[in-house]
Amino acid sequence: MANLGAMAQNGAVLVAHGVSRRYGEGDAAVDALLDVDVSIEGGKLTAVMGPSGSGKSTLMHILAGLDRPTAGTVEIDGTDITKLDDDDLTRLRRDHIGFVFQFFNLLPMLDARENIELPLAIAGRQAEPSWFDQVIEQTHLGDRLTHRPSELSGGQQQRVAIARALMSKPTVLFADEPTGNLDSAASTEILELIRRSVDEGGQTVVMVTHDPYAAAVADRVLFLEDGRLVRELVAPNADDIIGAMKELTAR
Amino acid sequence: MIRFALRGLFTRKLRSVLTAFAIVLGVALVSGTYVLTDSITRAFDSIFQNVYRGTDATIIGRNAIDTNASNAGGGASTPSFDQGLLARVRALPDVKAAIGGVSGEPHLVKNGKAIAFGGAPNLGFSVDPKYPQFSSLKLSRGAWPGPNELVVDTGTASKKSIHVGDTIGVQALGPVKQMRVSGLVKFGSAGSLGGATLAGFDIQTAQALFDKRGKLDDIRVAAHPGVSPQRLVSQIKPILPRDTQVRTGAQQAKKSANATNSFLTFFKTFLLAFAGIALFVGSFVIANSLSITIAQRTREFATLRTLGANRRQILRSVLVEALVVGFLAAVAGLFVGFLLAKGLFSLFDSVGFTLPNSGIVFKSRTAVVAILVGVLVTVAASLRPAVRATRVQPIDAVREGATIPETSTPRRRLIRSAGLTLLGFAALVYGLFAPGLGTGGVLGWMGVGALMIFVGVALLSARWVPSLAQVLGWPAVRIGGAVGRIARENARRNPQRTASTASALMIGLALVTLVAILAAGIISNFKGAVDTLFKGDYVVTAQNNFSLLPRVVGKTVQQTPGLATSASVRGGDAKIFGHVDQLTGVDPTIGQTLALKWKEGSSAVLTSLGQDGAFTDDGYAKKHHLHVGSPVSFETPTGDTLHVVIRGVFKPPAGGSPFGPITVSSALFDRSYQQPQNLFTFINMRGGESAANQAALEQTLKGFPNAKVQNRQKFIDNQISGLKSTLNVLYVLLALSIIVSLFGIVNTLVLSVFERTREIGMLRAVGMTRRQTRRMIRYESVVTALIGTVTGIGLGIVLGALLAARVKNINFTIPVASLIAFIVAAIIVGLLAAIFPARRAARLRPLEALSYE
Repeated sequence: MANLGAMAQNGAVLVAHGVSRRYGEGDAAVDALLDVDVSIEGGKLTAVMGPSGSGKSTLMHILAGLDRPTAGTVEIDGTDITKLDDDDLTRLRRDHIGFVFQFFNLLPMLDARENIELPLAIAGRQAEPSWFDQVIEQTHLGDRLTHRPSELSGGQQQRVAIARALMSKPTVLFADEPTGNLDSAASTEILELIRRSVDEGGQTVVMVTHDPYAAAVADRVLFLEDGRLVRELVAPNADDIIGAMKELTAR
Repeated sequence: MIRFALRGLFTRKLRSVLTAFAIVLGVALVSGTYVLTDSITRAFDSIFQNVYRGTDATIIGRNAIDTNASNAGGGASTPSFDQGLLARVRALPDVKAAIGGVSGEPHLVKNGKAIAFGGAPNLGFSVDPKYPQFSSLKLSRGAWPGPNELVVDTGTASKKSIHVGDTIGVQALGPVKQMRVSGLVKFGSAGSLGGATLAGFDIQTAQALFDKRGKLDDIRVAAHPGVSPQRLVSQIKPILPRDTQVRTGAQQAKKSANATNSFLTFFKTFLLAFAGIALFVGSFVIANSLSITIAQRTREFATLRTLGANRRQILRSVLVEALVVGFLAAVAGLFVGFLLAKGLFSLFDSVGFTLPNSGIVFKSRTAVVAILVGVLVTVAASLRPAVRATRVQPIDAVREGATIPETSTPRRRLIRSAGLTLLGFAALVYGLFAPGLGTGGVLGWMGVGALMIFVGVALLSARWVPSLAQVLGWPAVRIGGAVGRIARENARRNPQRTASTASALMIGLALVTLVAILAAGIISNFKGAVDTLFKGDYVVTAQNNFSLLPRVVGKTVQQTPGLATSASVRGGDAKIFGHVDQLTGVDPTIGQTLALKWKEGSSAVLTSLGQDGAFTDDGYAKKHHLHVGSPVSFETPTGDTLHVVIRGVFKPPAGGSPFGPITVSSALFDRSYQQPQNLFTFINMRGGESAANQAALEQTLKGFPNAKVQNRQKFIDNQISGLKSTLNVLYVLLALSIIVSLFGIVNTLVLSVFERTREIGMLRAVGMTRRQTRRMIRYESVVTALIGTVTGIGLGIVLGALLAARVKNINFTIPVASLIAFIVAAIIVGLLAAIFPARRAARLRPLEALSYE
């Protein structure tokens, strides 16, 4: 298992080493992650899968610096983020990390354009007009920029969220069940959009999902079970993934 | 980020407006107070400038003691002096013209009734048409007065339909005299002067009327052109007798305005104190509303954090929001306050208290202070919630139902809030009981103490909210069944929120209760004092219950058929042991109408005071180590020093006595005061209280419209009526803070309904009707209001007991009827507060509510 991560060390932008996460103490302690090594390759779409409670969300939270591991290290672009204080972590999120959430997490009082520009506004930077146009072009939001989230469909809202995440050209974009709250048409659209950002923009994406069809667009799928990394598939199709999942749940 | 904060504000319009309202009222009170007092000040300044028009110097009598320092019974005016001075002044080389005048307080009587407008004074003075340059009056109809004639201001004339040629009664120190109205006058540009009645007489008539024959109250001097007022004054000075003084006209105008200005300063401080209370309550409402909104926006803040916002940015965004709300609220408050002041002026106008030159004065200071106060209070109140918002973790963006972590344990919080409360009580007790603190010190310590107690109890009260809600919600459960039970549990489930909401109301109710307790204490003591002391049947006082009556009233009463005995109490200022205090003088018959308890000496003292005897009360005796035989000397306003010997020490009841610290015989009193006047005349009638006796007394006093005959009960009622009006004013001012807390409840309920949208949808889906939904919110509101009320009343009782222990004239009494009224009022407040939130809750459609995210 341990050398799964090492295999792809070449060109890795995110490397986790021996990551464990324990919640609670004493008898009530639960190990959400146990000694996980992961390496995320730049310019690739990596999916993390696993049954409920397998620790896939915890892994993503730790990789993104939202949660701290009880043991192990996480390096993004050569910095061990587990040692950073709140200010440095904030700066890291600002400069290196993008998020796409299951429930979109758009700010209801801002319109689409303002939501998209928000991370840059927070950082006190101006949007590069050409990059902005390119992102809007990619996400097909040209005619929706003045709409508030409440005036947009779920798929449109998620496209705004992806545009928002892409604006700061993050080192890694984390997508947490990005299609979990969408119908199948919108899901397909979002997955295509994410895929394109990788293929055309060279974006590194880590996506947590429990949907095999979503995971099928990934370059690589990592499987977690009971807090351990148990399997990896490279460029699988949906059937491969369903098969792997069945094996996991059958065991 | 700032744009984000502002956008949030405007998206949550309703919430922002409700929050802002808490500040608007307080700021309105601040700005209204300033506008009102500034305008009144300017009005009075212009009055006095008008009065001293054309006057380069004034000569007035000189009081041997500064009577302005004491408010003990009238006589703040300066003594009159011999009119011979006028001729000597006129003879001075630099004097172009000089005029002597007398003044007094004449009651104009029409159809047997004294004319009075509210509490406005009745001003009377001599006028001399030969010297129009000094006159602030303009003749608008008829002629200037000759002997036994008068001119009246047009305002009074038109209100009471007095016409030139009419004969009306005038009463000052003697019985009513009939005089002819020779003309009508205007004061300055306005018809009247703040509702006062103005009456002008020729000099001899005025001197006779005010019992100042051969005397003058003032001399006004105009200098030749080119002579400075200072030079004029220095020329007059050498010829002045000892009992007079000279000032320039401008100095005198300023001096005269000072008296009203010092009252206005007090009035301003008083109103600002209540504005402060309203703002303090408002800060609770703001802090609470903000912490609720922030809790509801946890995910929003967490998302911002994941997008790279740091803690300072979050803090700033909340504070900017508060800043904007505070600023807008303050501006609105400023405007409302302006309207408030304007409205009050119209109100004054409609009750006859017309102010001359009544332009509204709006100083830039008013705007600066009002806006600063509004913004500062709002921002200060938002600090705690803002710091809480910075504790939101980025990971909360992906967590369902994330809450903001507390930084300290419940135990630590308990210790902190209990400590704050105790510290507050310590400060309060120190302020009350520590010796040697000045008034400012006492009030300062008490204020700080009360503030800390209120904050401390507000923090502590979250602990007893669940049990209190359990008990107070019992009727709701009984009446409302399941709906009542849900309402009660809603009030209990977030104790901190319910406690904070209720605390705003608690402050108002604690203060209202305190005021009610103090008033009840004073009233019951006063009743007790009258019952212990007063053996007579009737008392004669001035119509307003506190002014002095001319001595002749007491003499006239004695002619009443059926009178057994009567005794008057004189009152005046005197300087005793270095302080200006009230000196009282009594007739020898006083012992037949009053029963005093003697500590030293006996009631025989009263009949044998003579020309050198005096008595005092035990408190004053203790303070100055006085015993029977101790010599006491004091100075009267005329400059006489009197030496008396203490003959007795009496023990007054807790409610006080009609006497000043030192009492002498009326014979001695009359010898040492220019115009001795009575505070009270106590009367015993044969046959006691009866309609016939009352009528007989009133018949005797018909010529004195300002004298009022009262039996024992009426006397008590009248004496406490002033206190009751004060009480009502306090209630009205405190009601403002209660209105602010009402908005606090509305705000919390609206936010809670918003937060429980899903839950309410579920309840509606399982069959709760709209009516039941409304009722559920209503019950919760009433339970919250009752929690605040019960806590407030409890705290008010504790504070009242502490204060009663300190102030000797207050007997600690719990005014049960008032407290019940407060509880009823609180229930009404709860019901009112629920109207809007309940309607919103009932409007939610089950399906939409369930799909709400």
